[in-house]
Amino acid sequence: MPEIVLAAARFGFLVLLWIFVFTVVGVIRRDLFAGSRAGRLVATPRGVNVAAGNARPAKVKKGRAAHQLVVTAGALAGTKITLGEAPITIGRAEDSTLVITDDYASARHARLVPRDGQWVLEDLGSTNGTYLDRSKVSGPTPVPLGVPIRIGRTSLELRP
Amino acid sequence: MTTPPTPIAATPIIKPSTRALPEAARAARRTELWLLLLGMLLVAAYLAAVEANMLETVSSDFWAPAGVLAAVFLALHVVIRLRAPFADPVLMPAVALLNGLGVAFLRRLDLGRAEVPDRADLTVFAGDGGRQLLWTLIAVFGAAVVLWFVRDHREISKYAWTLGLAGIVLVLLPALLPGSISEVNGAKLWIKFGSLFAIQPGEFAKLSLLVFFAYYLVRKREVLALASRRFLGIDFPRGRDLGPVLVVWALSLLVLVFEKDLGTSLLYFGMFVVTLYVATERVSWLIIGLLLFFGGAALAYVLAETAGGPFASFGNRVDVWLNPFDEPYKSGYQLTQSLLGLGTGGMFGTGPGAGNPLQVPEVRNDFIFAGMGEEVGLFGLTALLVLYLLVVERGFRAALTVRDSFGKLLAGGLAFTLGLQVFVIIGGVSKLIPLTGQTTPFLSAGGSSLVANWLLVAVLLRISDAARTPASMGGVRK
Repeated sequence: MPEIVLAAARFGFLVLLWIFVFTVVGVIRRDLFAGSRAGRLVATPRGVNVAAGNARPAKVKKGRAAHQLVVTAGALAGTKITLGEAPITIGRAEDSTLVITDDYASARHARLVPRDGQWVLEDLGSTNGTYLDRSKVSGPTPVPLGVPIRIGRTSLELRP
Repeated sequence: MTTPPTPIAATPIIKPSTRALPEAARAARRTELWLLLLGMLLVAAYLAAVEANMLETVSSDFWAPAGVLAAVFLALHVVIRLRAPFADPVLMPAVALLNGLGVAFLRRLDLGRAEVPDRADLTVFAGDGGRQLLWTLIAVFGAAVVLWFVRDHREISKYAWTLGLAGIVLVLLPALLPGSISEVNGAKLWIKFGSLFAIQPGEFAKLSLLVFFAYYLVRKREVLALASRRFLGIDFPRGRDLGPVLVVWALSLLVLVFEKDLGTSLLYFGMFVVTLYVATERVSWLIIGLLLFFGGAALAYVLAETAGGPFASFGNRVDVWLNPFDEPYKSGYQLTQSLLGLGTGGMFGTGPGAGNPLQVPEVRNDFIFAGMGEEVGLFGLTALLVLYLLVVERGFRAALTVRDSFGKLLAGGLAFTLGLQVFVIIGGVSKLIPLTGQTTPFLSAGGSSLVANWLLVAVLLRISDAARTPASMGGVRK
C-alpha cells in the first residue's frame, strides 16, 4: 500500500469519527430546542362546544394557549409535559399521566381537561384538596397561564 | 367563574389513534437509522484501514464483521420501532458504534497475533474479535427481549426486593467462592465454568442493585430529605437514617477487601450515593459519601502498609499508581506500557493497524483504551470519550423528562453508573487514579460486561421512550 493511501485512511477515519460525533451533537441540539418549536406545531386544544351545540371555533390567540405543563416545585420539579388534546390526570396512581409520590396526594387527585381552548382543572374528590393559586378548587375551574396549581407539596403551572 | 358547571366527563375527548405515529417519533427513528448506518460505515472504514496496514492490501470481504453488526443492530432498530417508537434516537447508534469499534479493534489484535501469511485467512467469527461478535449477538438479543417484554419501566419496580437480594448474592458470590473458581489476575470477580467460559456476576449485580436503590429511595426520600439537623451550614441526616448508606458502605468495603477490587467497590458506593443525592437533593449526602469513601480507602492503604494480609494487593496498586516507573518490568509493567502506548499515539495516532498495541498487557480488556489510543491518538480517544459523554447525557435527559420518580432515579442512576465506570477504568489506564480491573463499557472483550451494558441501554431506551411519549398518547402506554 502506498504511504499516501495509509495516511488518507488514518486521517479519514478520524475525520469520519468526528463527523459522527458532530452529527450526534446536532441531533441532540435540535432535540433540546425542539420544545419551543414543537409547542407551536401542536394544534391548540380544539374547543368542542357541547353546551351550546354550535360549531363556533374557539377564539384562542395562538400565542396565549398553553402548550406545556411544568412542575415548578416538589419531587418532580423540572418535569415538563407537552400538552396535546387528551386530559392530564394527576395523582399517586401508577396510571396517572403525572405520577406524584407525595404523602399529601390522593391516588386520583385531580385532572386537567382541555375545553374551548382552555385547560380546566377539576378536583377528583381528593383528601387534601387541589388549590389554584390560593383558592381551593371545588368545581371545574379554568386555569390561566402561569398560575400555580398546588397539590400537596407539588406545584404545577401551564406555560405557553 | 363564568364557565357553566357542566360535568367534564360529558366532554367528548378526541382519542388519537395509537396506530399512526406522530411525525416526531418517525423523525426520531429515521435519525436513528441514519446514525446507525453512519456508525457501521465507520466500523467498516476502521476494518479497511486495519487491513491496509497489516495485510498490505484490502481483502474483498473486509466488511464482513461490520455487515454482521449492521444486521444485528438493524434488527434491534426494528424492535425499537415497534416497541419504543419515541425512544431517544442517539443512544442506540452511539452505543452500537462503540461496540462495533471494540469488535473491530479486537479483530485487529487477532490479526496482530497471527503470523503474517495466515492473516488473510482469519474468518469472521475467529479469535477474540469473533467471540466478541458472538457476544454482541447475545447482548443485543437480550436488549431486544427487554424492550419487547417490559412495556413499562415501572413494572420492573415490582421485582425490586427480589432484584436487590439477587444483587447482593451476585456481589458476594465470587468473594465466598474459592479462589480457584473466582480469581483472575488477583481480583476475585469471576465465576469460571471450565477453562474457556467465565462470567462476571458483578456486572449484573450493578443493574439489579440499582433497581432496588431506586425503588427503596422513592419510598424513603421524604424522611431522608426532611429529617435533618443543620451543622456547619450543611443539613445532615439523623443518625438512624444513615443505616442503609452505612450498610452499602460496609458492603463496598467488603468487596474491596475480599474481592481485591477498588474499582467495583467505588462503583457500587458511588452508585448508591448518587441515587441518594438525586432522590433527596441534599449535597450533604455527596459530602458524607466522599468522606466515607476516601476515609475507607485511606484506612485500607494504612492497613496495607502496616498489617498487609488481605489489604496487600490494594496497597500494591496504590504504590504502582504513585510510582509506576520504579519497577517498570515488574509491578509497574502494565501501567508503564499503557502510558508508553498512549504516548506513542500522540495527537493523531499511528493509524489503525499500524501500532503495536500487543505490547500492552491485557490490551483486550482492561487496557483496550490504551491500545486504541496508540492507533487513533488523542484526537480519536477524545471522540470516543465524547461519545460516552453523550450517551450518559441522554440518560440524564431521559431521567429529567420522565414523569415518575422511580423512572427518574433509575435512569439517573444507570447513566451515572455508566459514566463512573468509564471514569474509573480510563482514569486507571491513564494514571489519574489507581488502576482497577474494570471493563471499558462496550469496548472491552468480555461477554458479561457487554450483555449487562446492553441491558442497561435497553432500560434507558425504555425510560426515554416513556419520557418522550407525548401526554396526548396517554403518557406511558400500558
